[in-house]
Amino acid sequence: MKKGILYLNQFFGQIGGEDKADYAPAIKEGVVGAGLLLNNLLEDAEITHTLICGDNFMGSNQDEAVEKLLGFLEDKEFDIFFAGPAFQAGRYGNACGVICKAVKEKFNVPVITSMHEENPGVDMFKKDVYIFKGGDSAAKMRKDMPKMAKFGNKLLKNEEIKGAEVEGYYPRGIRFEVFLDDETPACDRAIDMLLKKINGEPFVSELPIPELDRVPIAPAIKLADAKIALVTSGGIVPVDNPDKIQSSAATRWGRYSIANLERLGNKAEGAFKTIHAGYDPAAADADPNVVLPLDALKAYEKEGKIGSIHDYYYATVGTGTAEGEAKRMALEIIEYLRNDGVDAVILTSC
Amino acid sequence: MVKEIEKAGITVVQMANLIPVSKTVGANRMVPTISIPYPLGDPKTPKEEQWKLRYHRVGVALDALATEIEDQTVFEV
Repeated sequence: MKKGILYLNQFFGQIGGEDKADYAPAIKEGVVGAGLLLNNLLEDAEITHTLICGDNFMGSNQDEAVEKLLGFLEDKEFDIFFAGPAFQAGRYGNACGVICKAVKEKFNVPVITSMHEENPGVDMFKKDVYIFKGGDSAAKMRKDMPKMAKFGNKLLKNEEIKGAEVEGYYPRGIRFEVFLDDETPACDRAIDMLLKKINGEPFVSELPIPELDRVPIAPAIKLADAKIALVTSGGIVPVDNPDKIQSSAATRWGRYSIANLERLGNKAEGAFKTIHAGYDPAAADADPNVVLPLDALKAYEKEGKIGSIHDYYYATVGTGTAEGEAKRMALEIIEYLRNDGVDAVILTSC
Repeated sequence: MVKEIEKAGITVVQMANLIPVSKTVGANRMVPTISIPYPLGDPKTPKEEQWKLRYHRVGVALDALATEIEDQTVFEV
């Protein structure tokens, strides 16, 4: 029987929630949590060990985390490696990609994970790792895990792999040779496409060129007379959350006055707190300036390093937020920034 | 969000912990922070140390706004 190893974060590894996101790398024998499902789905293989690491530990101490996790695997025999699924969780997607890539490089076994298309981990790692197209939340576990397992079974049995589109993983940018049933040669297909293009008819390219969505770099500013605004996706709001911004998958944002403040007061003082559901709120509730650094920016204003601070800050929650919503909210915020003559923005993210 | 702000011609710097994510998303000026739940001040350290770290990194972010760049740039802290 073949052997597999699975990587999970602190949540799916049943260590705990956001308060355990700093959990240091660990290895457990057998299956834990979501691993049970994967183990049941594997046909001629079993999950012998489970690696677990907190998402924040991986995010903030990546080299150390990878070194420890690879160290755990050195004396283990395994034929395949799985991670996740990570759904739309950005930090978890990053972690799954990082560990899959590292395991593949060191042990040369196939590595498989799964993420929602808006998970930034997809673009970061799709070239190196089989990443299956997954759902946006853990509710899709029963759909996403079988896709990983099915493909794993295929690889372990050395069955023919038919490329990204057929198998269901994100294209890795590797060209895959196929022979068409009707044997139309490439030159004929190219001419057919060209004729269709000339005639204004629809056609499908066989070699889509990936588009890199980059924006032109804005010019440097002169700090001494600049008006600087603070914007955050870290969910810092007045304690009563007057705009009812959602704790995840936000569609709302807020604009809050800081005109007469030297620093952000905390939750205990009845001033500001975080409503972000994607990280442990304890530190931000105790001192919101660790997320929205008004106190430090004020110091620079007093020293004359910057001209002034915009009278309002802007906040939303950046976990599970759809790209389209983020874009719309940004455009709405930009209206205010423009009207108030803001020269530059410090955007803080958690 | 960072991209839309820059597209609007407003100079922007992103302070974030997961810099590889910022790069992939397409931020141009980036300054690393120390963690996700407390980007600019570790609550396990004295208040004074938190302040020093925050003051320093916000200073780096301001200098980033005042620096002309040709490519995506992560500013050293």
